Amino acid sequence: MKDSYIKNTIMNRLRKTKLKGSSKARRAGMRKLRHVNRENQRLMNQYERTQKKVTIKPSDYQCEMRDQKNVVEFDNLQTHFFTDMGVVKAVDGVSFDVPKGKTVGVVGESGCGKSVTSLSLMRLVQRPTGQIIGGQIRYNNGTETVDITKVPIHKIQKIRGNEIAMIFQEPMTSLNPVFTIGSQIDEIIKLHNPGMSKKAIRGKSIEMLRVVGIARADGIYHSYPHELSGGMRQRAMIGMSLACDPKLIVADEPTTALDVTIQAQILDLLRNLKDKVDASIMLITHDLGVVAEMADEVVVMYAGRVIEKGTALEIFQDPKHPYTVGLLNSKPSVNKSVSRLYSIPGNVPNPINMPGYCYFKDRCDKRMPICDGDYPPMIKISDTHLVACWLWSEEVLRNG
Amino acid sequence: MAESLIKVKNLVKYFPIKSGVLQRVTGYVKAVDDVSFEIARGKTMGLVGESGCGKTTIGRTILRLYEATSGTVEYDNLNLFDVSRSELRKLRPQIQMIFQDPYSSLSPRMPVGEIIGEAVREHRIVPPDQYRSYIIETMEQCGLQKHQIDRYPHEFSGGQRQRICIARAIALKPRFIVADEPVSALDVSIQAQIINLMTDLQNEMDLTYLFISHDLSVVEHISDFVGVMYLGDLVEYGSRDRIFAKPLHPYTKALFSAVPVPDPARKMSRIILEGDIPSPANPPSGCKFHTRCPMRMPICSEEIPQTITYPNGHQVACHLYTKDQPEAGDTDES
Repeated sequence: MKDSYIKNTIMNRLRKTKLKGSSKARRAGMRKLRHVNRENQRLMNQYERTQKKVTIKPSDYQCEMRDQKNVVEFDNLQTHFFTDMGVVKAVDGVSFDVPKGKTVGVVGESGCGKSVTSLSLMRLVQRPTGQIIGGQIRYNNGTETVDITKVPIHKIQKIRGNEIAMIFQEPMTSLNPVFTIGSQIDEIIKLHNPGMSKKAIRGKSIEMLRVVGIARADGIYHSYPHELSGGMRQRAMIGMSLACDPKLIVADEPTTALDVTIQAQILDLLRNLKDKVDASIMLITHDLGVVAEMADEVVVMYAGRVIEKGTALEIFQDPKHPYTVGLLNSKPSVNKSVSRLYSIPGNVPNPINMPGYCYFKDRCDKRMPICDGDYPPMIKISDTHLVACWLWSEEVLRNG
Repeated sequence: MAESLIKVKNLVKYFPIKSGVLQRVTGYVKAVDDVSFEIARGKTMGLVGESGCGKTTIGRTILRLYEATSGTVEYDNLNLFDVSRSELRKLRPQIQMIFQDPYSSLSPRMPVGEIIGEAVREHRIVPPDQYRSYIIETMEQCGLQKHQIDRYPHEFSGGQRQRICIARAIALKPRFIVADEPVSALDVSIQAQIINLMTDLQNEMDLTYLFISHDLSVVEHISDFVGVMYLGDLVEYGSRDRIFAKPLHPYTKALFSAVPVPDPARKMSRIILEGDIPSPANPPSGCKFHTRCPMRMPICSEEIPQTITYPNGHQVACHLYTKDQPEAGDTDES
């Protein structure tokens, strides 16, 4: 069965890529594809075996936090996708912390790996193609610290949705259209609190809807998702994510699909709720305005790597990486008129076969000879502000 | 004010709601309800509003992609709703549209050269022997490369596809372009490229744009005049500088204050509107905004506010303002 699967995918690939030329060349192309496919299969099987292990000793996944003030620490996380085109390094060595009670904004353009980072945290990366191949995600729930990348599946199911909740981008596609809002919230509470009575669960669900500012909570409890507007649906989603008093809320583009006035309502709600339930928020977005408003700390990602991180004030008032500077300048902003927008030339590079040098070099207007060398390390600007750019390395600064 | 290229007068577009086995008309969605504005030659008018407020319908009705329920649209002093099919066909190249989603508005089965050139050939914009060189010239004007002429849309990124859409529109040497959310589907760094391209083309070819967007910061950057829509009504209209410096209508104020500013040091006093947009099939009585308005008065639910035009061209439809209130629409022409 596996062989036929491999053969089919190869044939499909070939049909799509329209290999021209002699039959010799075609055979060579086919051989190469088969090779990539075998290699992928081998690696995927290897990772799958470790994933499926049920009996993992607690000592294998327990670990120590670097700083007790953090809820989650990403440490050199690597999530790769083994595709027929080659290995896509969607997340390639991402490190940052989410402190307790703070909001961390993760910004970047589409395809930079911000969503995959959050999915890795939830262990929801599409298997078997996508695999976490290295690094640690340390999570501290107050009593013990575990490495999310290694914990067995039955354990992650207790954490996911319960201690770490997620708000997805599109409330229409992430709510089930055939169940009422109420039953969908009930389900979560029931799963994570098996002892609760039906009546108590229902009461808690309605309370959750009230918390997120839905006025007719009893009525909405019995409505289906299609009966609600976009803003209401997103409120229901937020209510659902808060139902189990999470320690961390991962909000993946929570307001992208909404209008500005509704966006303002939802952001206001999130900010108020965060203080009320004492949770941390990891806010993933491409909108710099939303990040500026919500986040205490900001992580800027580009092509699967963190290129700059710091407090919101540092990133927005004193950006160091040329990409961050470009991103901030290319966004037109109300009451700040410029005759011509700055635009970063070129496009985001192809995620397969990334170069060995800085990924931004080809689009950068400040490139220097040193940029052809290794990928730049994270350079400290201040205690909180780090940047991955040779511009700020000691030798460049010394030589002026 | 320069001569107007487009004059929209009392434009109304209702979509019938049909129901039952007999598909009887049981009501109307009032998508555009009595809207008037003018766009001067070579200028850009930005149209902002939330989703479902009728921005796109206005754009499409101007192009006669929808037949208007009533009202007129004059293009170069010619009523577009009166012209015959053959005359309209002659006018088509002059009025073009750029669509929102560059992924679904390009045929996946046509190479780029054909996508751009199909209408060029159809309307005989250039003699047949210059056809290919003209397409290449247009592509280069829009920042695409010559060798890409035989590629298919799926081989391009979102930004490049939007360039193809723009090339398709300007290949017909238009004078007026309706751009319906042209940058909403793009990343920030690509957005800036496309906006710059559009302004460059406007300067080169003396184009007039109707720029429809929900992104106020983009509208502020590109527009000369701004119209704010709410539930099918144009609630405020004026020059960009006036509207952004001194918005009058409570909805405009709320809309502007809701835009997140990429500056963490600036904490804005935000006006947060309650609730959602009411259904356009059953809009509230009186002023349509009164259900969410923070400054509503008893009169708002009873009487439809008249549009007041101040001497400087600023228009507003709200009971808060009367014609002889000098402080609202002060006299300086900006």
